[in-house]
Amino acid sequence: MRRSLLWKIEEAVMKGLMIGALVLVLGCLLLILGTVLWRGLPAVNLTMLIQAPQGGFYTGAEGGILNAILGSLYLAVGATLAAFLLGLPIALHLQVYAGRSRLVEAVRLSLDVLWGIPSIVYGAFGFSLMLFLGMRASLLGGIIALSLVELPIMCRAIEEVLKMVPFELTESAYTLGATRWEVAWKVVVRQGLPGITSAILLAFGRGIGDAASVLFTAGYTDNLPTSLLRPAASLPLAIFFQLGTPFPAVQQRAYASALVLTAIVLVISVLSRLASERLSRYVVK
Amino acid sequence: MTQHQAHICVRELNVCYGALQVLKGISVDIPANQITAIIGPSGCGKTTFLKCINRLIDLVDEARVSGEITVNGIQVLDPLVDVTEVRQKMGLLSQRPYPLPMSIYENVAFGPRIHGLRDGWNLDQTVEHYLRVVGLWDEVQDRLDGAASKLSMGQQQRLCLARGLAVEPEVLLGDEPTSALDPISALRIERCFQELKQNYTVVIVTHILRQAQRLADYVVFLYMGEIVEHGPARELFEHPKEPRTRAYINGEFS
Repeated sequence: MRRSLLWKIEEAVMKGLMIGALVLVLGCLLLILGTVLWRGLPAVNLTMLIQAPQGGFYTGAEGGILNAILGSLYLAVGATLAAFLLGLPIALHLQVYAGRSRLVEAVRLSLDVLWGIPSIVYGAFGFSLMLFLGMRASLLGGIIALSLVELPIMCRAIEEVLKMVPFELTESAYTLGATRWEVAWKVVVRQGLPGITSAILLAFGRGIGDAASVLFTAGYTDNLPTSLLRPAASLPLAIFFQLGTPFPAVQQRAYASALVLTAIVLVISVLSRLASERLSRYVVK
Repeated sequence: MTQHQAHICVRELNVCYGALQVLKGISVDIPANQITAIIGPSGCGKTTFLKCINRLIDLVDEARVSGEITVNGIQVLDPLVDVTEVRQKMGLLSQRPYPLPMSIYENVAFGPRIHGLRDGWNLDQTVEHYLRVVGLWDEVQDRLDGAASKLSMGQQQRLCLARGLAVEPEVLLGDEPTSALDPISALRIERCFQELKQNYTVVIVTHILRQAQRLADYVVFLYMGEIVEHGPARELFEHPKEPRTRAYINGEFS
């Protein structure tokens, strides 16, 4: 009798803690979204989306943030593409080819460590690399630094997806006389496609929101990005610079920029969800 | 299809997983164009034996294999042998059907494709032919583009059989191929095997004695990694020589 009461209390307390944590996190998220919407929405207008900053933009004059929107898209798409093209082979090698060994575990561990490294370190690393090569801050430099930020996320996320592919499935492909490459490419990747889409999204989301790695490497400019070898603006830095001004109108534009950034991530998420649904048509459960 | 002299000769086959010896000195001749059933309690090494024949054992990291397996004169365990070619000669049906993550058509076409058959009339013919062999054509002919994973379990297993046959093997291996199926689907698979033995050498692992009695022409009884007895099915089931065989057949242990 006593014990069962104790169990009930325990159950209630634990459940309360879990719900509390959930409410706290969801509450913060809603608060952030709410703030961005409330302060940003009034400042969103067409000019902002289709114009680069004009003279005196940062003191409240005319102009928009097209430079940062385009810059961020170029940076994130470029870096995600690069990270994917490097990350997929790495994940495939770890999962299909390498088997189990000390070296493989070491690679995995270092990828996890790389995942945890603050992106300012990648920025500093990219910057010193660029100094060494005699490059100036440029879109290309930003893409390289950002792809380094994204690579460990991409690799580990894809690998986790590939790990879920049933062993018997690969086995049955081997039985048909398929080579390792045929198994990897035609069976494992196909089975993992929906998950790989999510992995790409995860890396893209991290990339487009990152300010520190592109600060030194891509620099910042009020011009639209037109060349890989010239500096490019980005949304996180645009937000930073606008919030840093003493003018309320410009600060409000910062929230509008944040809203644009959020919207981009949202649109990409929905698109990838749709793609993932289409791609899972043939997936074996 | 021509009549092969494809029997499998196994000599002194030993397999260890780390320190554990799973198969101990297996020597047996598996007759051509018959159904051979490998019976024995679970954990006796039946599946490992099957995996040695088509070299799937390579995928098990810690397995060490010694001995000799000859199929049609080819030394299967020779490290220099082309393992994809070895596997192509043997179809495998596993316990649970695992269709590839593709359409029904693509599942059957996968094997012929990777072995060089291009799209077109020939491929269509091949797919239709093997789907007919396993009795699936009438059920799926109007949804060849549909996902293979949407088929019922029994249909999936027949699809896997068709997929295996499409690479034109000489030997069919079955690892308890009916254990995940309902009785009617299981019966259909059994019937397939009976028809197929004219053209193929069939080896199935089963823990269902009745299935072995229904299907097998030749029986190998494995116990604790060793062959206790092997011989023609009728002889072994009616007049087992070894007491352990008799005990197993009478259901005294399983």
